[in-house]
Amino acid sequence: MTEDSQALKYQPSPGAFQPLMGEQRSQVLTRPSLSYWQDAWIRLKANRRALVSLYIVIGLVAFTVVGPMIWRVDPAAQDLDQVSTPPGASRAATLVGPYELWDGSSTAPDQDGLHLAEPATTEAVRLLWDPLPGAAAYRVYRNIFPVAPGDALGLPLAETLTADDTRFEDRLDLQPRTYYYTVVALDEQGNELPARETLDVPVTRVVTIEEAVSRGLVEPGSNPAVGDQVKLMLHPLGTDYLGRDMLARLMEGARVSLFIGIAAPALFVLFGVIYGSAAGFVGGRGDQALMRVADFVIALPFLLFMILFKIAFGIGPGESGILPMVVAMVLLLWPATARLVRGQILQVREEGYVDAARLLGARTNYLILRHMIPNTMGVILVTLTFAVPNAIFIEAFLSFIGMGVAPPTPSWGSMCNEGIKTMLTYPHELILPAALISITVLAFNLLGDGLRDALDAKMRSQE
Amino acid sequence: MWRYTAKRLLQGVITVWFIATATFIAMHNVPGDPLTSDKAVSDDIRANLEAKYGLDKPVTQQYFIYMGNLLRGDFGISFTQKNREVNDIIREHFPVSATLGILAIVFAGLGGVLWGALTALYRNRLPDIIIMFLVILGISVPSFVFAALGQLTLVNFNDLFGRSLLPVAGWGTVWHMLVPSLVLGLGTMAYLTRLMRSSMLEIISSDYVRTAKAKGLPPTRIFSRHQLRNAILPVVTVLGPSIAAITTGGFVVELVFAIPGLGRYFVQAVQQLDYTVIMGTTVFYGAFLVLMVIIVDLLYGLIDPRVRLD
Repeated sequence: MTEDSQALKYQPSPGAFQPLMGEQRSQVLTRPSLSYWQDAWIRLKANRRALVSLYIVIGLVAFTVVGPMIWRVDPAAQDLDQVSTPPGASRAATLVGPYELWDGSSTAPDQDGLHLAEPATTEAVRLLWDPLPGAAAYRVYRNIFPVAPGDALGLPLAETLTADDTRFEDRLDLQPRTYYYTVVALDEQGNELPARETLDVPVTRVVTIEEAVSRGLVEPGSNPAVGDQVKLMLHPLGTDYLGRDMLARLMEGARVSLFIGIAAPALFVLFGVIYGSAAGFVGGRGDQALMRVADFVIALPFLLFMILFKIAFGIGPGESGILPMVVAMVLLLWPATARLVRGQILQVREEGYVDAARLLGARTNYLILRHMIPNTMGVILVTLTFAVPNAIFIEAFLSFIGMGVAPPTPSWGSMCNEGIKTMLTYPHELILPAALISITVLAFNLLGDGLRDALDAKMRSQE
Repeated sequence: MWRYTAKRLLQGVITVWFIATATFIAMHNVPGDPLTSDKAVSDDIRANLEAKYGLDKPVTQQYFIYMGNLLRGDFGISFTQKNREVNDIIREHFPVSATLGILAIVFAGLGGVLWGALTALYRNRLPDIIIMFLVILGISVPSFVFAALGQLTLVNFNDLFGRSLLPVAGWGTVWHMLVPSLVLGLGTMAYLTRLMRSSMLEIISSDYVRTAKAKGLPPTRIFSRHQLRNAILPVVTVLGPSIAAITTGGFVVELVFAIPGLGRYFVQAVQQLDYTVIMGTTVFYGAFLVLMVIIVDLLYGLIDPRVRLD
C-alpha cells in the first residue's frame, strides 16, 4: 500500500518533459494508406497466373453473354448437309440436277475389276465389278478406315442375288470423305469366299439445284446451273452428330454450365454464411444443435443424393433439368461453408477490436456488419471461387452419366457424353466441350489460389 | 476409444437410416413407375403386378415392410430383370467395383505421396514445375475425359504393336484392370500430390528436421523417418472423402470401359427406373461410404498419437 501511494504521488519537476520539435515531431505517413481490398488487389495483380485466369474467366463470361449476340445461329437447328463436320472442313458443294434412277450404264471409260460407274457424289456411289471366280453372289461392305488383309471390312451394305448382278448403288448416309468399298464373293450357301476386291472411293459433296435454292445457298435471282460451285452454311467449329452448329451449342452449353457453376455456389455459400454466422454468433447450445445438423448433412454421400434428388424431382417434357440440379446442390453443399464461417466468426468474436467496439457501445447489428462480415469476406470469397469449378464438375459428371440436363438443352457435360460415342471418328465433338470444361475449371482453380494468397496471409499456399 | 467408436457407429447407423428413408421417399415421388411399359397392360394384370411388388398397400405400410426387409438384409427383387434379387446383383457386381476402387486408391495413394514428396524436395526446380503442372491438369480435367483419353491411348498402343496387348474394354484379367484403375485414381492422385506437397514443405522447415540434420543423420534417414512419416498424416485424413470420390467416379469409368461393376448397374437402374435396384444399391453404397469414413477416422487416431479420439 505504501509503495503504491508513493508512486501516485510522483510529481515531475518543471522542465523534465519538453515538446518535440522540428523533424522529430511525429511519424509521417510516407506511403498512401491502403485498404484491405486495395492491398489484396495489388497482390493479385502481381500474381501472373491468377491474373491470366481472371482474364480467362472474363473471356468466358463474354463468350457466354456476348457470344450468342454475335453468332446468331440456332443451337438446335440441324444442317443435314453437314453432319459431324470437323472445324475447318471444306464447305464447297457442286450443284447437280435431280436424282435419276440408275440403269447400270457407265459413263466412265472401261475398266477392269471393281470400279465406279460415274464420279462418286454424296447423292450416290455407283459401283461396277467384273465377276469374281467361283462367285454365286456378292456381298458389298463399306468402311471408313482403310482395309488391310485380316481387318474388318466395315458395314455390310447389301448382297446381290445372282452372280450376274455385278453392280451396286450406295445411297446410305454418304458424307464427303473417302470410303473403302469391298466386294466379297459368296458361294451358294451364302458363305464368304476368299475372292474379294477393295476400292477406295473419294466422295464429293453435291446439292441438287432445288435444295440449294430452297436453303438459300445461291443468291436469289441468279440462275444456277449444274456444275456450279456453292458454299454451304458456315460452321466455324464444325457440327455435331445431328448437324447442329458446335459454336452455337458451346455458347448455349456455356450458359447452362456457367449458370449452374455460378448460381449454385453463390446460393449455397450464401446459405452457409448465414447459417454459420448464426451458429457462431449464438454460440452455446444453439450452436451445438445447428452444427450437428451440418455434420449430418456432410456425412451424406453427396453424388448418390444428387442422383436421387434428380430422379425424385423428375424432368417433365420440355424442361431442362437445370433448376432441380441447382436446388439439390444448395441443399447438400452448404455445410462446408457454414463450418468455415462459424470458425471464422468464433475467432473474430474474441478479437480485441470487437471487445473495443463493444466497450464503446456498439450494437450487435453494427458488430456484424462492420467487423464480422468484412473480416470473414476473404475466406468466403475464396470458398466461392473454389466452389465454382466443383459445381461445374458435378454438372458435367451428372450430365455425362445422363442424370443432368435433359436433351436438347446442351451443357458441356452432355455434349461430352454425346461426343464420346464418336470420339474415334469425330474427335472434335468430344475435344471442344471437354477443353472448355478443363479451361474453365483450371481458370477458377488458379484464380482461387491467387485470391487465397492475396486475401489471407494465414491461408497462403506454400508455392 | 471404444466409446468414440460406439458413438461413431451409432451416428453411422442413423445416417444410413436417413439415407434409406430419403431413398424411399424419393423413389415414391418419381413420376411414372417401372410397371408402365410400352405394352398395353390390362387393369387386372396391373393389379396383380402391384400386389406382387406390394405397391397396392398404403405408403406407410410399404415403408415399414421396406425397412423390415432392409434390417433382414433383403433388398427385394429387380423390376426390370425378372426374378433377379438385388442382393444377387450386389453380390455379383460389387466385387468388381471394389477391386477397381481398391486398385485406384492404391495408385492414388502411392502416387500422391511419392510425387508430393518429390515436388517438395525439388521445390521450384524442374521436377517440381513439371509435376505441379500435371497436377493442375489432373485437378482440372473431368474423369470422363481421362477415361476417353485412356481408352484412346490403349487403342493406339495396341495399334503400335499390331496386336491386342492390353484390352480396350471389359473385365476379367489383371490387364483389364490396369488402365481403368489408373484413370479412376488420377484425379485423387493429383489432389493428394498437392496436399502431400504442402504438408511436406511445412515439415521440411520444422524444428525437428533441422535438429535431425544438426545431429548429422543421413538425408535418406531424415527423409524416411522424420519427413515422410509426418507428412503422410494429412493425406490419411482425406482418404475417407477420397474413397467416396473414387466410388462415384467409378460410375463413369465403368461406363466408358464397359466394366460390369455395380456403378454401371446403378446408372442403368436409374435410367430404367428400377425401383428396388436403385433403393438397394443406394442404401448399400451409402452404408459402405459411411463405414469407410468411420474406419479411416479410427485409423487416423491409431496412426497419429497426438489425436485423441473422443
